[in-house]
Amino acid sequence: MASASAVSPLRAAIPQPAAESAIEARDINFFYGDRQALKNVSFSIARGEIFGFLGPNGGGKTTLFKLLSTLVACQTGAVRMLGRDLVGEKPAIQRRMGVVFQHPSVDDKLTVRENLEHHGHLYGMRGNRLRERCRQMLERVGLAERAGDLVETLSGGLRRRTELAKALLHEPELLLLDEPSTGLDPGARREFNDYLAHLRRDEGVTIVLTTHYMEEAERCDRIAILDEGRMVAIAPPGELKEQIGGDVVAVRATGDVGALMAKIDAAMGLKSTLVDGTIRIERPRGHELVRDLVDRFGDQIESVTFGKPTLEDVFVHLTGRRFFTEGAGANSGE
Amino acid sequence: MLLQIYTLWKREVVRFVRQRSRVTGALLQPLVFWALLGIGFNASFRLPGAPAKVSYAEYFYPGVIALVLLFTAIFATISVIEDRKQGFLQGVLVAPITRRSIVLSQAMGGTTLALVQGIIFLALAPIAGVALSLSAVASTIVIMALVAFALTNMGLIIAWRLDSTQGFHAIMNLILLPIWMLSGAFFPAAGAPGWLAWIMRVNPMTYGMSALRQSLYLAHPGSFASLPNLTFSAILTVAFALLTYVAAVRVAARAATI
Repeated sequence: MASASAVSPLRAAIPQPAAESAIEARDINFFYGDRQALKNVSFSIARGEIFGFLGPNGGGKTTLFKLLSTLVACQTGAVRMLGRDLVGEKPAIQRRMGVVFQHPSVDDKLTVRENLEHHGHLYGMRGNRLRERCRQMLERVGLAERAGDLVETLSGGLRRRTELAKALLHEPELLLLDEPSTGLDPGARREFNDYLAHLRRDEGVTIVLTTHYMEEAERCDRIAILDEGRMVAIAPPGELKEQIGGDVVAVRATGDVGALMAKIDAAMGLKSTLVDGTIRIERPRGHELVRDLVDRFGDQIESVTFGKPTLEDVFVHLTGRRFFTEGAGANSGE
Repeated sequence: MLLQIYTLWKREVVRFVRQRSRVTGALLQPLVFWALLGIGFNASFRLPGAPAKVSYAEYFYPGVIALVLLFTAIFATISVIEDRKQGFLQGVLVAPITRRSIVLSQAMGGTTLALVQGIIFLALAPIAGVALSLSAVASTIVIMALVAFALTNMGLIIAWRLDSTQGFHAIMNLILLPIWMLSGAFFPAAGAPGWLAWIMRVNPMTYGMSALRQSLYLAHPGSFASLPNLTFSAILTVAFALLTYVAAVRVAARAATI
């Protein structure tokens, strides 16, 4: 398995098109005191793309989001967004960009409509244009009937919709979203993603999001994987998965999973990994392995699944680490 | 830009009005202070160098107005911390608006609220035994606005650095309340020991207090021989208001967000 430091074949060349780029970033480094949150991150996002930054918490995607949304100032490196320089032409970018925060930036003590009007004023909208646009957006996100309600009376999902309506009110060309799926139930999540797809298709809005949900990353045209501040891959999700080669076999144990894993590795000459309590083995012709495993360890196996690689497998493959590293128990590197 | 400042200002006001407990808290607390201290100190208080007939309740009255301004300004600035905690501020920071304008709208919001509360309190002047003339009212309102603006800015300087309201209360008790207490609001500098009088002399709020007090008695000047003169006090108060605004803008520009 490739270790994090090795040059991976998946570290695709940075895409080129300068004129059409929604975002063009070169060598971004970002420090919080001594801690380096972003290390030489470069990428390019085309107009009309749905682009995702995938990574575990602490991987650097939140910092990147703050930087792109202009919440924190750029330290080193050069960023051009919508053809403008992030440092020198910040207001010009801000006017054409919509930002959806993970924790909605709506005011609880204002009504839904007041929140939208307030936002419109901040972006220089007024009068009929503002009123018409508020009406449109309220209808689009299904909040027309709640327009006069204080935001504090809304459910979490409706708040997020208010936030989305707000971010889109000034008709941005670029929409930045921080962990848009967090806190949404599966139905709401699907609806949300459908809406994003519609925005891109019908209005040509470029969509850039951060996520730690594999399913959400799957829906992106391209994703960049961030790990410990480095960008370890940038490509369409399908391409990333293809490059793993072969199949992924996942085994759940009835008893001690560590013991079973050791036995499997020893008996079959494998190097498996433990991901979320599941033994994962990458290998071509996985179905044969499934048969052998069941023959030999059938009594200790609760279930065996066999499938094509997921983005989670890609992450493990690239970094030698599990995606969700809680605490110090992570098996880092090999 | 004006539209942006207007909308942020309006939000501050709407928010305040919708939180009833704040409105009553900012008014009632000084009122209780005034009633209790006015009654309690009345017998023992003698204003140095002034006719003995000035009661403590009357002496303290301009100080209570300043306290109303201080409390309201503080409540207004606490909303900056809440805005950051609840995420509202992020939305403002990514909008095409300068920090200078954000701070100005926050300061104006706080000033407006404080001024409205101050004017309500001004209506109690007859109870305090202060006979107001029209020019006194006008002058007092102008001075109240300046003092409120300066106090809100001071609150903002603190609030933009902090991320908890608890911290704010601690700093308020350590800095803002003493600034008010040592401004002549509570007791005159004339009778204070030398070192304390000296602190009161360098306290910028002393001049706001002095201007406020003299504005209230605009119709009968001369009873404040121990205070710095009104014009001088007013000029210093303008300077104080401007300086605190500049400082608040600088702090806000440098403040890390979230």
